[in-house]
Amino acid sequence: MNAAYLYSLIAVVLLGLISYAGAEAAGLEVLFGVIIPYLALIVFLIGFANKILDWTKSPVPFRIPTTMGQQKSLPWIKHNKFDSPYTTGQVVIRMVLEILLFRSLLKNLRTGFGKDGQKITYKWVVWLWLFALMFHYSFLVVVIRHLRFFAEPVPFFVTMIERVDGMLQIMLPNLFISGVVLLAGASLLLLRRVLLPKLVYISRPADFFPLFLIIGIAVTGLMMRYVSKVDVVRVKELTMGLATFQPSIPEGTIGGLFYVHLFFVSLLVAYIPFSKLMHMGGVFLSPTRNLPNNSRAKRHVNPWNYPVKTHTYEEYEDDFRDKMKEAGLPVEKE
Amino acid sequence: MAETPKPEKLFQNIDHSLPDEPWEEIPPDLSEGRFCYPTKKKNLNYLDLPATTQDEWSPADEEWPIPDNWKEIIHEGFKDRLEKYRSLKIFMDVCVRCGACADKCHFFIGTGDPKNMPVLRAELLRSVYRNDFTTAGKILKKINGGRPLTKQVLKEWFSYFYQCTECRRCSVYCPYGIDTAEVTMMGRELLSLLGLNINWVLEPVANCFRTGNHLGIQPHAFKDMVDFFCDDIEEITGVRINPSFNRKGAEILFIVPSGDVFADPGTYTFMGYLLLFEHLGLDYTLSTYASEGGNFGLFTSSEVMKRLNAKMYAEARRLGVKWILGGECGHMWRVINQYMDTMNGPADFGEVPKSPITGTVFENAASTRMVHITEFTADLLRNNKLKLDPSRNDKHVVTFHDSCNPSRAMGLLDEPRYVLNGVCNHFYEMPENTIREQTFCCGSGSGLNTEEIMELRLLGGLPRANAVKHVHDTFGVNMLSCICAIDRAALPPLMDYWVPGVGVTGIHELVGNALVMDGEIERTMDLRFEPLNEETEEDADE
Amino acid sequence: MNDKNKIIAGLIIFFVVLLFPFWFNLIFGAADAATAPEPELTDKAKQAETCVAETDYMRTEHMQILDQWRDMVTRDGKRIYKAENGKEYEASLSNTCMDCHSNKEKFCDSCHNYTSVDPYCWDCHTYPEETE
Repeated sequence: MNAAYLYSLIAVVLLGLISYAGAEAAGLEVLFGVIIPYLALIVFLIGFANKILDWTKSPVPFRIPTTMGQQKSLPWIKHNKFDSPYTTGQVVIRMVLEILLFRSLLKNLRTGFGKDGQKITYKWVVWLWLFALMFHYSFLVVVIRHLRFFAEPVPFFVTMIERVDGMLQIMLPNLFISGVVLLAGASLLLLRRVLLPKLVYISRPADFFPLFLIIGIAVTGLMMRYVSKVDVVRVKELTMGLATFQPSIPEGTIGGLFYVHLFFVSLLVAYIPFSKLMHMGGVFLSPTRNLPNNSRAKRHVNPWNYPVKTHTYEEYEDDFRDKMKEAGLPVEKE
Repeated sequence: MAETPKPEKLFQNIDHSLPDEPWEEIPPDLSEGRFCYPTKKKNLNYLDLPATTQDEWSPADEEWPIPDNWKEIIHEGFKDRLEKYRSLKIFMDVCVRCGACADKCHFFIGTGDPKNMPVLRAELLRSVYRNDFTTAGKILKKINGGRPLTKQVLKEWFSYFYQCTECRRCSVYCPYGIDTAEVTMMGRELLSLLGLNINWVLEPVANCFRTGNHLGIQPHAFKDMVDFFCDDIEEITGVRINPSFNRKGAEILFIVPSGDVFADPGTYTFMGYLLLFEHLGLDYTLSTYASEGGNFGLFTSSEVMKRLNAKMYAEARRLGVKWILGGECGHMWRVINQYMDTMNGPADFGEVPKSPITGTVFENAASTRMVHITEFTADLLRNNKLKLDPSRNDKHVVTFHDSCNPSRAMGLLDEPRYVLNGVCNHFYEMPENTIREQTFCCGSGSGLNTEEIMELRLLGGLPRANAVKHVHDTFGVNMLSCICAIDRAALPPLMDYWVPGVGVTGIHELVGNALVMDGEIERTMDLRFEPLNEETEEDADE
Repeated sequence: MNDKNKIIAGLIIFFVVLLFPFWFNLIFGAADAATAPEPELTDKAKQAETCVAETDYMRTEHMQILDQWRDMVTRDGKRIYKAENGKEYEASLSNTCMDCHSNKEKFCDSCHNYTSVDPYCWDCHTYPEETE
């Protein structure tokens, strides 16, 4: 019924093959190792800034927070500070909880019908929240860990994270938990989209494509580390070339797998500004979350507020003066 | 319209299985009973709003009476709104279709129609946005989820933006706070550019513009109606109340939703207000000009909302009151809390609201100068300023329906509960996932309280009714209290259908029953002229 | 709009964090950071010409061979490793590997440090310099 995921899967596989063949057989290492990554970064920076500035250009005419708890009113009524924030500080805490802990997702319920067919039931479900949390945090750790390829000397916090991430001390090379969790998180999010009927129905190619891409990134990454190893010293030589603007393709082979990995990452990075992945910026700017619920206490100004035609009291009295007088209602003009 | 089936049957007919075709290919159901009647042209003309090209038409018609350049009008209107509302841009761009909102909408739960999932309701607009306004959409077209604006898309908008009550429940669960109410409001504004409005919204708007209230009650009639309540109050309590109208120099201007003046059971709530103010000896006045707190402009466009709302501050200024007190109404309070001061402020009259009875200063209303009646009454109760006999409400086993707007656009949750607990002895909450910020809409908000879509309304109100049924079966709840005039109109038929035996009341009706007035006669009847308790009835029979 | 500055400040902070590698290397980086260190071979290693396997293979898989050796020796008690080319070696880090590659710092550590690899060989094994 929904072929969206097939298109996306085929697209990602094809792109992978192209980059593999390009780097391995056609000798296009410079294209895939230098030109495309730089281009991707430039596209990302310009596209991302553009999108944010475009959002910024439109004002927030009204203060419309979704209140999710008791407002601040009478002093003896317990104010729910973080769900119905009144001050900027409280808004910041609400936003931090939302952005770092995905608090709204944690409220998720599953609506169902009881067995007797006459009762609606609501069940607290944490799966979406859990998968999302797994996915995003492991991705963050993976990204930070990759700084070992982009900084020389390797900064202390990278080494620290590596130590925590590798604390299981199993496998050789030492297993990084984040890599596996990233693959698991992305796969579970994908499974939701493929197995849950409602999700299948609402999903678009634009939902599957980035998921497959990220799964592709995770799989190639894990393979390079644990299965079909690449020469990390040469990899770092290449990436450091990028980071210090002295790009070069190192002598000797790195392996096509690496170029596939790098190409996928480049695609993802360049894709962000034009896709739903902009939620990474949008989550900060959502007017239902980032405004205090104090519009009765502090006036919010709408920059495009314009005068409108109203029905003034004078016009009203003109319409009804006789009837008003007859009913004994006071009038301005006799 | 076909006869509505029995409740059990209607419930069992709800089908949540999903169609085989993608939603883009399914035409909207615009058969009789599935749409609200379009507005009469005279209302649009009266308000100088864009009108359709012919007066008599039906959404069921193949061809709609819209101008030839309708695509251009919508495109320009869309562009204009993207430039004016950051919310619209963000909500168009960031949805990841995670599905968290999918089963949170009362209309989806009740109808099983996938396009009632908030995510797809927004996609109706988003698909056109992608096609017309994004680079990726212009290049990738359908692959990126874009689609050109066609007449079928327009019909879809009309169908589904008038199957959303702007209750904001979905925005509670959305990780980015995407608010479908905002999307629906924009969708309706765009439709309005072609004159595609519904009569149940536009007629009240036109009335309100002219007479000051949605119901078109003219000043003398407004006074008559209130006088009539005073007669009833005198008969029930022996106390004569003579409220003032349009009185200059009063301390407080009191504004209610006009539904409370017009129809049961809202009228009993109005009687409750009158009793309370008499009990306190409050220096207040009613206005026949600002005789409407509600604002169906909110369901039309921000401009119309502003045009209707302007009279509140204008009247406060003209009468020279210190501040405004507002009655029990849902969307009225969304407008007051989130729009009024911004649109029609600053409030250049009076002072920061201060209760003349308790001396409490309502700092949270310092700028708008407007206080909610349950905030006011909760403060009175807290300071023991009311003489009450809660046992007069003993025949009621009460639960409380949080109206969408006060809960999710204001956070007014504990004030009404505090008042309820002060005036009645039997109060039970509905299940936690159906109250407070997670409350369910009555199914008829945002102007959908119209007869021709009764079955849709019953389905949309099902989640609410089902939660009431739970406390009805468990605790014997027989009275559903609320702080919204639309609720008071919409919930009685909903209860009669799904949970017979449960009545609907405003909070201040219960307050009015419990208040021990100075010089009152022995009360045997409540404000509905019904015996105060069942035993009294039997006693009377014997 | 008063939030414009805040948003732009946020954007700049994000970009600064994002572009960490570029400015970090510029400020703290070694001039030759883009040139990978070349593991230094001792005279003895040069004379041997070939290790227990091809150089490219050794570059990516040496840890696997060491792992295999450890298991062979400590679990199975076998001390002889037969290489692809038919030669036999004693499976021993200290006695075989370090015999040629006696310069840990310039051979092992140079690459390990460059790529932030922290092997736990030396948790148990001592290396030549230390014993001297």
